[in-house]
Amino acid sequence: MELAIAHETIARWQFGVTTVYHFLFVPLSIGLGGIVAGLETAWVRTGKEKYFHATKFWGKLLLINIALGVVTGIFQEFQFGMNWSTYSRFVGDVFGAPLAMEALIAFFFESVFIGLWIFGWHRLPKKVHLACIWVVTIGSLLSAYFILAANSFMQHPVGYRIDPVSGKARLVNIWRVLFQDTTLTQVWHTLSAAFITGAAFVMGIAAYHLWRAKRGKDTDRRRIAAMRASLRCSLVVMLIAGILTAFSGDQLGKVMFRQQPMKMAAAEALWDTQGPAPFSIFSVGNVNEGRNDVALELPGLLSFLAQSNFHSPVPGINDRADEQVALFGGTREDYIPNIFMTYWGFRLMIFFGMTSFGIGVLGLWLTRKKFWLQSRYRTGEDEPPNLMITNKIRMNDFFTKWSWRIVMLTLGFPLIANSFGWIFTEMGRQPWVVFHLMKTADAVSPNVSIGTQIGSLVALSAVYAILAVVEGGLMVKYAKPGPDVEERPPSKDPTMRMSPDEQDKPLSIAY
Amino acid sequence: MHLYDLWFILIALLWVGYFFLEGFDFGVGVLTQVMARNDKERRVLINTIAPVWDGNEVWVIAAAGATFAAFPDWYATMFSGFYIPLLIIVLCLIARGVSFEYRGKRDNQRWQRSWEQVTFWTSLILPFLWGVIFANIVRGISINADKSYVGTPGELFNGYAILGGFALLAVCVTHGAIFTALKTAGEIRERARKFAPLLGLITLPLVLAFLIWTQVNSGNGQSLGVMIVAFVALPVALFFNQLGREGWAFIFSGLSIVAAIAMLFLALFPDVMPSTLNPDWSLTVSNASSGSYTLTVMSIVTAIFAPLIVLYQGWTYWVFSKRIAVHHIPSGH
Ligand code: HDD
Ligand code: HEM
Ligand code: HEM
Repeated sequence: MELAIAHETIARWQFGVTTVYHFLFVPLSIGLGGIVAGLETAWVRTGKEKYFHATKFWGKLLLINIALGVVTGIFQEFQFGMNWSTYSRFVGDVFGAPLAMEALIAFFFESVFIGLWIFGWHRLPKKVHLACIWVVTIGSLLSAYFILAANSFMQHPVGYRIDPVSGKARLVNIWRVLFQDTTLTQVWHTLSAAFITGAAFVMGIAAYHLWRAKRGKDTDRRRIAAMRASLRCSLVVMLIAGILTAFSGDQLGKVMFRQQPMKMAAAEALWDTQGPAPFSIFSVGNVNEGRNDVALELPGLLSFLAQSNFHSPVPGINDRADEQVALFGGTREDYIPNIFMTYWGFRLMIFFGMTSFGIGVLGLWLTRKKFWLQSRYRTGEDEPPNLMITNKIRMNDFFTKWSWRIVMLTLGFPLIANSFGWIFTEMGRQPWVVFHLMKTADAVSPNVSIGTQIGSLVALSAVYAILAVVEGGLMVKYAKPGPDVEERPPSKDPTMRMSPDEQDKPLSIAY
Repeated sequence: MHLYDLWFILIALLWVGYFFLEGFDFGVGVLTQVMARNDKERRVLINTIAPVWDGNEVWVIAAAGATFAAFPDWYATMFSGFYIPLLIIVLCLIARGVSFEYRGKRDNQRWQRSWEQVTFWTSLILPFLWGVIFANIVRGISINADKSYVGTPGELFNGYAILGGFALLAVCVTHGAIFTALKTAGEIRERARKFAPLLGLITLPLVLAFLIWTQVNSGNGQSLGVMIVAFVALPVALFFNQLGREGWAFIFSGLSIVAAIAMLFLALFPDVMPSTLNPDWSLTVSNASSGSYTLTVMSIVTAIFAPLIVLYQGWTYWVFSKRIAVHHIPSGH
């Protein structure tokens, strides 16, 4: 028995480690990909070189990131069979379909067109080249969509029946799997969070360059222009994505309250049913044992998050566990997820993500070029902006310094938010791997030895750790010098047919 | 014909596509250390596959995903049964993908040489392990009544499977050499053309031995026909190679891979994972498959997207159809 528990634990750790790792790269690829596509569109439409330089610069960082997103995805595709074979047999009929669609519809788009985009700069007509990055971006949105439809089925199984003979889940309605409200809200929330991630990354690095320029350490106006355009672009993306994330998160909370009320109670460490229920901002004591000694709470807010009014009672953890005991047997403890992780995961997601949003909104105001600015404070598009509090009050030196620095330092905050959001979502669903249908403990591969699993967990973690260092190093190396402003766009729009002397020229882009 | 028969064919086609395409980029990866004499030449080789390897690799992801959707039990048994080889495969795919992308990112000899070693070894190990896995699938493994593999990891490395590994590796390298001749110009093209027959001499007996062993153990009338195609195509490829008709040579070396993989699937059908413990415990197309609703949905999706994929992936090859020579390689990255 003890062995069986260890088995499950290692498989869970392996899934958690590899998926969280995969999901560091994914949202950045999606968000940054969108921003690069936007910048290249601006270049193609206006012909301004600052957009060309910005596209090239962010594109390089995007490629470094995509490389790891793609390769870590492969193990995701394999590990359901490797570690969770019982699970795969049980739900493959339903769950496999969106996964296969993801490969057929999304991954082919992404990986074929990314090759065209990287090596096609001097080979494809501008507009075709631009279309390639859009196809890549749309491909990555689609892959997120299908994988989230699969995950939503685990959160809230629909569109299936249990086959009376084999006892397995059988798909009966694909539309319900693809379009149930869980899928749709999760997609909104995850994608808008991905754009927060991309925006914070661009803001941080652009701020680094503009702050250097402000201090006179970089005087190349072309570089400043490219970074200023990038900064403004990312601030706008942040504003929109932040609003959408908060809005969709609220929706997701309501969906979750209906479908997985235990998770909502766990997110609040709300042990006993209360009405109106408060929203706890933080608490001291041991949430895991049901003692919230000191708690800072906003009265009624939880009722609102769950049901859109400030008075309704919200059932607590104990009552919810008792409901499941009545349905599925066992004891209360069997149905209580790890309250510490869910409670703090939820808060840290909101804190880290919304901090970046707040910074973005402030930044959008402070770095404005025109609105209500006195003309002597206005800056050209190739100068670093002043930080203007009102139309004539400029931020003092101390705060200016720290403002720029904070933007740089918080560049990775949304990555933390994403990880905690998922840890909350997945751990809050425990003990179920497919909600109310299959327990995680019953989902593992029966025939894989513990030794093998520990070995693979160690090997993967080691390789992932090395790659994290390599990628981090490369990111810094390529982010620091900023755009290569000596690089010129193709002098004339390339055509599909090459003339003989073009045939003989060196490749403009080569590995 | 049932829908699950169709899906057996489609999955076979995905694997065939995978080995046809990634087959030559594995081969080129190995040749970087065998055929190239200096840095520029290695880069010529790498750049012949640079824009396309990622698209080639998705075929394996699609094959795994399609198996999951259409034959959940096949997916579950195969992936949990071949745990250790698949873990190594995943680690190699990860390292290999990164090695292309990151090699040129630092202007440092040691850095670049290290990534080149990664490219070489992973390109070598991957086809070998896939060969081992497919040989075992055809031969059968110890599957119990619950459809789980209960043998030891060592059992998977039997003589037949190891021969399968070497045969697939050899045919990929030959395919890669012919692809190199097709895609390069100048001295390196000539060298690749001279090299291909040497590789062919090693490949022919390996492939012949493996396919005959397969035919004797698990073959049937259809697999025999396809086996002959697989075997005859190789010398034909080498013949065209001698004539300097690299396009035709490539088509025939590809045909050889296509036929060899197709033969394995023909020998397998209607099983998907035979059990060596008890034939009643074998996984077959009918007892491992999804319901007909899922298969119908997936058939519609495939009917729409598969032709599209072939079209745009084919187009990429057309866009990058130019031959590459040493003088095309810029000094920076
Ligand atoms: C930048 C990242 C980020 C930010 C700022 C937020 N979230 Fe979030 N949240 C995620 C990133 C995220 C995520 C990582 O993407 C999750 C994990 C699962 C999912 O669908 O999205 C998530 C899950 C998630 C869930 C769980 C859904 C489930 O279990 O099915 C809820 C209820 C919320 N979020 C609610 C919110 C609210 C009310 C927010 C702020 C006002 C908020 N999120 C901000
Ligand atoms: C389609 C998408 C996903 C699927 C199908 C999925 C499935 C699973 C499965 C099978 C497990 C193991 C059983 C368990 O402990 O619940 C798991 C756990 C976990 N997943 Fe997910 N997951 C998905 C997305 C994600 C993402 C994107 C993340 C994070 C970035 C994530 C984070 C985790 C974590 C942290 C665990 C460990 C939870 C624990 O040990 O209690 N998951 N998920
Ligand atoms: C846990 C289940 C998951 C599986 C099985 C999975 C599978 C994969 C695979 C196989 C790839 C490589 C594709 C290629 O070669 O082009 C990949 C990459 C990708 N995955 Fe995942 N993934 C998982 C989780 C997620 C989640 C939750 C999301 C999004 C919300 C996601 C979005 C992506 C994206 C956008 C890429 C493209 C790579 C990049 O742009 O960095 N994946 N994934």
